[in-house]
Amino acid sequence: MNAADVNAWFVREVLPLEAGLIRFLSRRWRNQKDVEDLLQDVYMRVYEAAQKEMPHPVRPFVFTVARNLLINRSRREHVVAIQSVADVDLLNVFDEEPGPERNVMAREELVRLQEALDQLPPRAREAVILRKIEGLSRREIAERMGIAEQTVNRHLTDGMYALAELLWGKP
Amino acid sequence: MSDETLNARDVKTLAADWRDRQDREDWSAEDQSALDAWLKQSSAHMVAYLRVDAAWSRADRLTALRGSTPRRDAAPATRNRRPIFFRIAAAVVVLGIAGYAATNFLTPHPKYQTYATQVGGSETIRLPDGSRIELNTNTVLRTELSGGHRFVALEKGEAYFDIVHDAQRPLIVQVGKQRIVDLGTQFSVHRDEGRLEIKLVEGRAQFESENGAKLALLTPGDVLVKRGAALTVTRKTERVLSDELSWRRGMLTFLHTPLSEVARELNRYNREKIVIADASVARLTMNGAIPATSISAFTNTARDVFGLKVETRGTNIVISR
Repeated sequence: MNAADVNAWFVREVLPLEAGLIRFLSRRWRNQKDVEDLLQDVYMRVYEAAQKEMPHPVRPFVFTVARNLLINRSRREHVVAIQSVADVDLLNVFDEEPGPERNVMAREELVRLQEALDQLPPRAREAVILRKIEGLSRREIAERMGIAEQTVNRHLTDGMYALAELLWGKP
Repeated sequence: MSDETLNARDVKTLAADWRDRQDREDWSAEDQSALDAWLKQSSAHMVAYLRVDAAWSRADRLTALRGSTPRRDAAPATRNRRPIFFRIAAAVVVLGIAGYAATNFLTPHPKYQTYATQVGGSETIRLPDGSRIELNTNTVLRTELSGGHRFVALEKGEAYFDIVHDAQRPLIVQVGKQRIVDLGTQFSVHRDEGRLEIKLVEGRAQFESENGAKLALLTPGDVLVKRGAALTVTRKTERVLSDELSWRRGMLTFLHTPLSEVARELNRYNREKIVIADASVARLTMNGAIPATSISAFTNTARDVFGLKVETRGTNIVISR
């Protein structure tokens, strides 16, 4: 599979499922602290599978990967949690194609971005606005905000991190 | 290959850092090859990078907001944030108020009202004062609301109360011959065959006899159990309480719970009843969360994990060795 195709596919088809996946994982896994790592694992497995062959339809495949991961984890940790994984629920998941998250992304992306931007920490938000909306250079941002360029870099890195969390992960 | 030792948060932080460096003016060809090498190391790196890169690229669309932003030169950037969202939010609020007023006007909240859920059912009641009551399975609850007082009677079953406190009109929950007086609080009440259990999550509540004699003042984490004349109050951690209240999300959570007790809980939510046939089976314990209305989640575990026999006899499901 062409690497650029896989990457574009992952961004287009899989990332919009993130909020739903987080909900799925946290409902079925006891320790909420693990959910972020579980999500990473699901993404890795899905990405690696797509390098061999792109799954279709995407949504049931992704949720099946998530379910199997939970089952394996439970077995490994000798926790009898599997059922976590009520098949009933999964059937509902399958029915939802193309999925409410997708529609939201298509219809309201700008609003969603704006909301995400609004929730950034104040300094990071200011830096992101100056960079993305005003199109200032990092040096200009440093001057405008009256801080060192290195601090601008840190705010922008934080801003990118938080923007990704909010844009993909927020229900 | 999946490498489960990678901490997701660390990887995402590194990915954001790479993406940010790429955005700088001094980004060089060597930097790019270093990034490429990092991306090849693990698909965890790759997906984290794609994720932050896509978010950052999409943020370009925010420039669409620029036209609607009044130009200002020296003013701080924070002054002109949230132009569009703000307006949408404002519109929603106005509609919300109009909608609320309309429904309120057309169907005034009745003074007396009875709510009931079936086995396996659930319902959330919203009171005009903003309080919420969540009914669990097989529950009957009566409300009596007037300008002067707020009174709720739990006839049977279980409910979770999230009460907007009003010192002038405390909410009173009557359970049999006792009552709970809210002092600004969230709590659950479960009434079952002569046993009463109150779990206090937030705030405070007073437990009294019908004639107003104070029996206990409950604070967060307190679990009060009254059976006949015996009354005990124990303290549980927030985590344990939240597990025990996971029915609010449609789930039942167990921690080293004997199958006999798991069955008893599930039977509250389902018309089919699980019967544990022998004592050695009843003593097996399980961990995890099960959807309350999914008997098959339980029987699959019994069969696949414990290697037990599962037989259906009428509406009974018998579990044995």
